[in-house]
Amino acid sequence: MALVGSWLYNICLAVVCVVPTQNELKFHYTVHTSLDVVEEKVSAVGKALPDQRELYLGLLYPTEDYKVYGYVTNSKVKFVIVVDSSNTSLRDNEIRSMFRKLHSSFTDVMCNPFYNPGDTIQSKSFDSIVSAMMVQSS
Amino acid sequence: MESHEEKPIIYTMENKPIVTCAGDQNLFTGLYGLLSQQLPREPMEWRRSYGRAPKMIHLEANFVQFKEELLPKEGNKALLTFPFLHIYWTDCCDTETYKASVKEDMQRWQGALRLHGSTDWLVVVVESDGKKKNKTNILPRTSILDKIRNDFCNKQSDRCVALLDPLKDSSRSQESWNSFLTKLRTLLLMSFTKNLGRFEDDMRTLREKRTEPGWSFCDYFMVQEELAFVFEMLQQYEDALVQYDELDALFTQYVLNFGAGDGANWLGSFCQPVRAWSGLLLRRPIDMEKREVIQRGEASLLDLRSYLFSRQCTLLIFLQRPWEVTQRALDLLHTCVQELRLLEVSVLQGALDCWVFLSCLEVLHRIEGCCDRSQLEANFSHTVGLWTYATEKLKSLGYMCGLVSENGPSSEELNRTVDLLAGLGTEKPETVNSLQSPYKKLKEALSSVEAFEKHYLELSHAALEMYRAIGRLRSGRLVGKSLAEFYMRKGDPQMAQTFLQDALKSYTAEGWSLPITHTRKQIAECQKQLQKTEDYLQTSALLASDANLSDEERKHFCQEILTFASQASEGKALLLHRPELDKDMTAFAQLRELQFHPSAATVHIGAALQLELRLCSLMPVPVHLEQLVCTVHYSEIRPAPAGSQRRPALSPDGTVTFPATSPSRGAAPGPAAPALELQEIQDRSPSDNALNSTGVVCKNVHLLMRINDNPASLDPPSAAASAITVEDGAEMLKANDVTLLPGNNSIVFSAPAGSYTLRQLCATVGQVQFVLPHIYPIVQYDVYSQDPQLTVEPLTESLLAGLPQRVKFTILTGNYTVKKGDALQLSNSDSMPILHSSACSACILTNQVGEASVSIQSSEKVTSISLPQTPPYHTLEFQLEVLCHIPSAPARAESERLTNGEVRHRPKNRTRYNSGMASIDQKVSVDCPWSIYSTLISLTFYTPFKAQHSLLSAGKRKYIQVCLRNVSDTNFRLANQTLADHQCTPSLQLLSLNAKTHQLVYSKQCVYSLWEVKWATEPPSCLQCVFTASFSPADAPDTALKPYRYEFQIERVTTLYSVKAEIQPAVGEQHCHAGALCRLEVSITRVMDPSEAEREDEEYTESEGLRTTKLMYEVVDNSSNWAVCGKSSGLVSMPVAAMATHKVQMEVMPLFAGKLPFPSIKVSKYLAHSAPPTTQPEADSCLENDNLSLLDKGLEDQGDTASLRSRGSVHSLGSGEQQQRGPPMPRLESFSPGQVFNCSMARQVLVLPSTDDHVLEVNVT
Repeated sequence: MALVGSWLYNICLAVVCVVPTQNELKFHYTVHTSLDVVEEKVSAVGKALPDQRELYLGLLYPTEDYKVYGYVTNSKVKFVIVVDSSNTSLRDNEIRSMFRKLHSSFTDVMCNPFYNPGDTIQSKSFDSIVSAMMVQSS
Repeated sequence: MESHEEKPIIYTMENKPIVTCAGDQNLFTGLYGLLSQQLPREPMEWRRSYGRAPKMIHLEANFVQFKEELLPKEGNKALLTFPFLHIYWTDCCDTETYKASVKEDMQRWQGALRLHGSTDWLVVVVESDGKKKNKTNILPRTSILDKIRNDFCNKQSDRCVALLDPLKDSSRSQESWNSFLTKLRTLLLMSFTKNLGRFEDDMRTLREKRTEPGWSFCDYFMVQEELAFVFEMLQQYEDALVQYDELDALFTQYVLNFGAGDGANWLGSFCQPVRAWSGLLLRRPIDMEKREVIQRGEASLLDLRSYLFSRQCTLLIFLQRPWEVTQRALDLLHTCVQELRLLEVSVLQGALDCWVFLSCLEVLHRIEGCCDRSQLEANFSHTVGLWTYATEKLKSLGYMCGLVSENGPSSEELNRTVDLLAGLGTEKPETVNSLQSPYKKLKEALSSVEAFEKHYLELSHAALEMYRAIGRLRSGRLVGKSLAEFYMRKGDPQMAQTFLQDALKSYTAEGWSLPITHTRKQIAECQKQLQKTEDYLQTSALLASDANLSDEERKHFCQEILTFASQASEGKALLLHRPELDKDMTAFAQLRELQFHPSAATVHIGAALQLELRLCSLMPVPVHLEQLVCTVHYSEIRPAPAGSQRRPALSPDGTVTFPATSPSRGAAPGPAAPALELQEIQDRSPSDNALNSTGVVCKNVHLLMRINDNPASLDPPSAAASAITVEDGAEMLKANDVTLLPGNNSIVFSAPAGSYTLRQLCATVGQVQFVLPHIYPIVQYDVYSQDPQLTVEPLTESLLAGLPQRVKFTILTGNYTVKKGDALQLSNSDSMPILHSSACSACILTNQVGEASVSIQSSEKVTSISLPQTPPYHTLEFQLEVLCHIPSAPARAESERLTNGEVRHRPKNRTRYNSGMASIDQKVSVDCPWSIYSTLISLTFYTPFKAQHSLLSAGKRKYIQVCLRNVSDTNFRLANQTLADHQCTPSLQLLSLNAKTHQLVYSKQCVYSLWEVKWATEPPSCLQCVFTASFSPADAPDTALKPYRYEFQIERVTTLYSVKAEIQPAVGEQHCHAGALCRLEVSITRVMDPSEAEREDEEYTESEGLRTTKLMYEVVDNSSNWAVCGKSSGLVSMPVAAMATHKVQMEVMPLFAGKLPFPSIKVSKYLAHSAPPTTQPEADSCLENDNLSLLDKGLEDQGDTASLRSRGSVHSLGSGEQQQRGPPMPRLESFSPGQVFNCSMARQVLVLPSTDDHVLEVNVT
């Protein structure tokens, strides 16, 4: 699961993963690559009226090992959730609600006056919420 | 991309719904053509069961001759061969024939149908006029139809239709055709609905049994596919696709359930080891081979999936949705790989890669076959995934089969290749002739290292191109990285590096630390192989400080640097500085903090300024630095005293904290990005000003978004690392032999003199230098040196001349130490001696006040002041008394007098406080011990007094008045005022009329003294007088009196004329009346005989033996009390003899009532121009006012005209040349003040008001 912040740039804000470490690198690459699709989708969605815009972008693309889902906030902060392909318990709806949870938790982080937008997120509560979400889902 | 050679195969289903035809075959054959042509012409609405939406379909049919075998047997579920409608054709038109044969035949036909439960039949009676004509005596034509209806269609009369003259082109025939076709279509559809509905029910029943032990997916598959076929046959591709999708989903669910432990028996057959991996085959509408395998229940998972997908693909292409094919293909391939893994099917290593590779290419070929190039290019985003997938798989195959290593495949790898190729089987007949078939490609790629490289590169570049074309740069970078890995394996680091650098840039820009580390590690390997020592060192430094790496790895990279550094230094003792070995320091160590001691960062040159750097070493091991140098830049500008303003980064305790930058993050985009300009907006409703909405708007969104949208933004701003230059020649702070421990280190420098800005930090390890190219925020410190300064300023506000005054000397020693024996040498001037005072002490100021004595020695020319010893940066103060003599010579300004007795100030004179203090500038040159040059000091003294004299007359008696004005701010005591004749003329006597000898003169006040001038014999023509007085400040009575001297000269002392005016009222009046004319009589009397001097001086006119002189009189009224009637001025000739009198009468009119002062009468010398001595009439007229002029007209400029005239006369007197040159004009010369005595000076006359009151004019001015 990754959080890619972008106020203006696609700066990696936080990457949290519960995968074995040897795969972590691959996971990073996957998330990074997925931004291409996110941007494509965002630019396609961007033409719609703002209030009709759906933040959840759905499945971005499948790979042999992962399913990559995307979500973009109105301020163009991108969330990406990567799920192992073999995981079949997570349906679209579950992913969607995970994103919502992630979004609200991210909003809390942003509300922290000591947080400097663009920095890597270092928040215990954010971490625990995200980790709990992932442990629950896996 | 290769061109597609094969012609696109048209995949159409040959099948049509079967309709059997019984009865008269010849009749039908005749109509068949028309029928099959007409049937699909019009669409029919097909209402469907289960709430499915009705559809318009064009019906087609395959008409076959009725045979009993065609009728489906019980249990046969085949739908494709199912006859949906049975038609009986007859053209029987007479009852006999009907009864004889047709009826029987029909009964047999009906029986067969009933036997098989088929109720979908139709009897067509074809009637034609031709037949009727032959048989004249026949029943009415309806009778046969009716008979048939009676016999067969007991309740379904619609199952029997008549077709009239079908082969004729008449409206009647057309009409009957139409109704027949409608009937046929309706019945067909009814049959479809009924039979398909029944079929679907059966199918559902079958599906519900899937939990039963004997249930077979393959069997069910065949059943549902039958339905799909029918839909396809009816060109309902959507519905057909749904059937396959349902099958797909069902199968997927089973596999998932199996994975969850809920196994089904029939799945066992799908779990058999994969033996063939020939890939998808999409070139046939139905792959019958596979279908049969499935039907037999022997299909492997790949077989089933391949078949299913090939069918879906076919239908999707019918539906014009090729891009969904690519999408589904990718899903399918992923699913298959997943499912095989899930089902734990044993697969030869690499077999799936082969299968995926072949399938990808097959799908791509298929898509390319049905789309043109521009369509393909527009949809790269759909195909690129397959390309990449194929590339990946080929790559992994290549690695597996040893086609990537430099040495070529080993025997084990060769064996593996052979096994893999065996699983491909033989090439499918469809592609045998195609040169570019996926099968051939794979075979070729696996055949040799070179061929593999060719194919792999081809695929990779194709994928790269596509990613680039659709702007998926990140994906492109990943492919590039994969390519780089390949190149590295091939031993071509040069190629690899480019791709890696690109990828790194993109990761760095977005701060992906893990990919950065990984890529950087690869780059390091690359650079090492390429022997790019400099770059390698830089990368090593970055990696050694990378927290993502393990300690071992970091130590390894650190060791690489140290090894290199030590190698080089051992190898060559004297190494030239190699700028290419300068590395960016951020990776090596970071400047965290900088602290100044003392904190102000400003000290003078003697004190110590220490600079403490806190460096955080990022190296995992201690690093010994031979040298740590901080380059500083000398600032020319002297620091302002308020230094804190210029060092914004400096905190009060002298600490500068530097923002921590992570080396892996590289250039943070922060500074490059323009700041957000946010503005609050409020939307108020125009009616009641209520707030509708409020928000924040980013005003420069176009700037910001442009950066974001620009794909080039992935390229970070060119790294500063490329432009590292060490500034040469600059001054630097050095620390030798420093060992940097991991973590924070603190290094202390001491700063040299000057005002410096810190520029760079440079650490030297062996021959490697780590440079921090810019220290930001800017840090400055000042170690200043100051030249000694001498200032001399008066202690009081202003210096007064004539009195001893105190002057303060201040010496700021600066960096100069005043040694013993140092002295200031002051040049003496006569007008300003320096007074010795016995107790002269100096004050030495730093923080405390020290006392020391100053001794003054004076020689004839020089006064020397020996200074006490003073350390640098101290202030030495002492005072000296000086006296400036008041210049005794009269200032020329004072001798220049105006006729009214006032001294005119020369504008040149420097005046202070408008008091007219005359200033004297005194210059003293001082030789200082610290400088070879003399300092010139200018002191300005002001004369405290200003003296004025005037000559007063009373008839022939003369008085001299001296007015002494104190212009200073001090009060003075004045004594011994004396006036003396300079020439000491014996006959002259100056008689003092002053009572007091001592007087006080307050500031800004005057003291007047008066002397009577008496002379015994002849009065002197010129008096040269000296006024002296003594003064001292009033508040210091002890001090000695200082002299004041004022010299002046008075000429023409003697009274020559006395003027007397008399005003008499008009005749008969006792008093003057305002507005009435009075008589003014002016009498001018020569008082005395001309003196010797006067004789030479004056100009006389000899006429009739009498010496006369011409005088001009003017009646001038300053206060417009009088109006002069007639001439107000005129000329008189005065005999030059004592008591000669001249009287002039004129009429004046008082304008007011009251005591009016007499109008003043001015008498001046009239000098006719010298050439013709005779008077000129025009000269008279020119000078005389011959009209009755109101004198007040000349009021405002009277003073001026007077002075002008007098000045003009003085002027012309002084310059004789001008007189000769100018036109001969008479001129006036005024008398000196003592020469004319006005007897009626202050006289007044009483003027009564005019009797005529109303004429009285009141002037208010």
